[in-house]
Amino acid sequence: MKRIALLGMPNTGKSTFFNRLTGAGARVGNWPGITVDLLAAKILLAGTMVEVVDLPGIYNLHGFSDDEQVVRHFLESQAVNGLVVILNASQLDRQLALLLQLKALKLPMTLVLNMSDEAKQLGIKIDLAALARNLDVPVTLISAKYGQGFESARQAIEQLLHTHPAVIRADTAGLSQDDNIEVELDRIVGNTVNTPITLAPDLTRRLDRVLLHPWLGLPLFFITVFLLFQLVYGIGTPLQDAMNWGLEHIKTGLLQPALANAPLPVQSFILDGLFDGVGTVLSFLPIIVVFFIFMAIIEDSGYLARAAYLMDALMAKVGLDGRSFVMQLMGFGCNVPALMGTRVMRSRALRLLTMMVIPFSLCSARLQVFLFFTTAIFAPRAAAVVMFSLYLMSFLMAFLTALVWRGKYRSVEPLLLELPPYRFPTFKQLLVQGWQQSQHFLKGASGFIVGGVVVVWALTHYPFNVPPASPATLAGQLADWMVPVFQPLGIDRLLSVALLFGFIAKEIVIGALAVIYGAGQSNLAGVIAGKLDWVQAYSFMLFTLIYTPCLSTVAVLKQESKSYWFTFIAVAWPLGLAWVVSFAFYQGARALGW
Amino acid sequence: MHTSLDHLFPSQTGTIETIDVSPELGRRMAALGLRPGRRVEMVRAAPLRGPLQIRIGHTEIMIRRVDAAKINVNLVA
Repeated sequence: MKRIALLGMPNTGKSTFFNRLTGAGARVGNWPGITVDLLAAKILLAGTMVEVVDLPGIYNLHGFSDDEQVVRHFLESQAVNGLVVILNASQLDRQLALLLQLKALKLPMTLVLNMSDEAKQLGIKIDLAALARNLDVPVTLISAKYGQGFESARQAIEQLLHTHPAVIRADTAGLSQDDNIEVELDRIVGNTVNTPITLAPDLTRRLDRVLLHPWLGLPLFFITVFLLFQLVYGIGTPLQDAMNWGLEHIKTGLLQPALANAPLPVQSFILDGLFDGVGTVLSFLPIIVVFFIFMAIIEDSGYLARAAYLMDALMAKVGLDGRSFVMQLMGFGCNVPALMGTRVMRSRALRLLTMMVIPFSLCSARLQVFLFFTTAIFAPRAAAVVMFSLYLMSFLMAFLTALVWRGKYRSVEPLLLELPPYRFPTFKQLLVQGWQQSQHFLKGASGFIVGGVVVVWALTHYPFNVPPASPATLAGQLADWMVPVFQPLGIDRLLSVALLFGFIAKEIVIGALAVIYGAGQSNLAGVIAGKLDWVQAYSFMLFTLIYTPCLSTVAVLKQESKSYWFTFIAVAWPLGLAWVVSFAFYQGARALGW
Repeated sequence: MHTSLDHLFPSQTGTIETIDVSPELGRRMAALGLRPGRRVEMVRAAPLRGPLQIRIGHTEIMIRRVDAAKINVNLVA
């Protein structure tokens, strides 16, 4: 198989070029020893199938950031026909350094200068023929976003494949060679690139004057995130409801009649186990698509990098950055896309720390449980205070977690972030984002989620001759063993079975309680108010807030970290924390005589 | 006038003289265009002693004050 690797600096539109070159057929490839997702696609080029790999953007071939190590590891271990190097045409004065470093690898190369539209606007003139002669590498000038020049770039790649039909390995001496390229860089840029000396105050500078204003910047940032949140979940949640409505109809209208003659355990397994598992996976898709469409807008626009700038003074203290904060806030809608969104942070340590923090965000599913409990147990005035205290607790736990774990997940990457010009992604780019991310979720998390739902189904339904979730089921027995653990929290056997259900998804806790208490959904509130006092109820809510948000979150933690150990910590830590907090609250409240 | 980058006021420009950082940070700085001889402009500073926004050629960067303090510049009048 022929193979081409795409390489370039961050913010050069490399992924846009990759998507234009490969269409929608990209998938996450599996490469030994590489812990980030690399997109790859097999396409027909020059009459043969070629695998095109999109390597992460890097600043320096010899640098030590996570992405830089990934690229070096890839080039060391994989043979390629050649490299396609993508640089920003308006920043050649520094970006050509990367190409000069890559030349030392002695691999066939072709250079693609992207963002010709921006360079033209800035009045930058590049002598392409002279540049190609100086570098001894073919050069094409394109705009990957709008497509100008794309055909010639494609032909250049085909030409490369034609003249270098065999895959070869990089000369590894070039991976460790010392930089001594600055003189050559300045000579080539001086000979070939003509940059006007004064810059016209462009749109980016005018926008920055407002958006990064010393005093207006932060309020505008909070308004932006608030609007983003409203848009994502205002559009995503109704779509999610529609998906659930459709699934419910398939279940009751199609599956139930079709299975009417099957033995009861088989019916139950297919309907409440398998189908609910698949339904759990599918119900996240609308939210993920909408989330990533909007995320692509604020990321590609360059505003996310500005969020890091605005929030750094506050977030650096807990070892996080402004982008972590955006994802944490988005987690208040749903943790799953927020966790996937951490991919914009390129430092693995910073990403993992952010992924530890996000599950404490009080998502809309948990909100449903809390609204139900507070209205059932508390007077309206007290209910508002209770809800507020839970949100406060959510932030408190998040920052506590960041403080505790920032030592282990300390980002060693320099915080030197490019603030790219404001760019507005095309509609097609947004759709590609939504599509790729939902594919990624389906592939990476669905097996785990369906498996988990089936396990919980088995626990709550076996043996089949007793009512589901009753004391005689496996779940009931498990609850018996767990009595010593949950009793000190004021959480009784029945509630602890509900917590087990809540592990699948918090949305089903209320329904599960109705089953467990043998009450209808409508009079469940009365039953609960009769059985629990407010101290017990609040302790249960604290536990529900802090422990594992849901199976899908765990699946995504695993998918994104690619580490079982991290996933274990990210599940065990909140569980322990939930127990300690509920214990302290319950015992404290009782000691005070409540 | 010799000073360090973090002491520039917004819209002041300096020529970088020396950079006293670890080789690792130095490499990243060089890749972003921060190296001796280059002109760097202070654009603005974030409040609460937050990071600085600077410009080198057509590249704008955010940099923390502690890192900027290690870049010695000669103020351009």
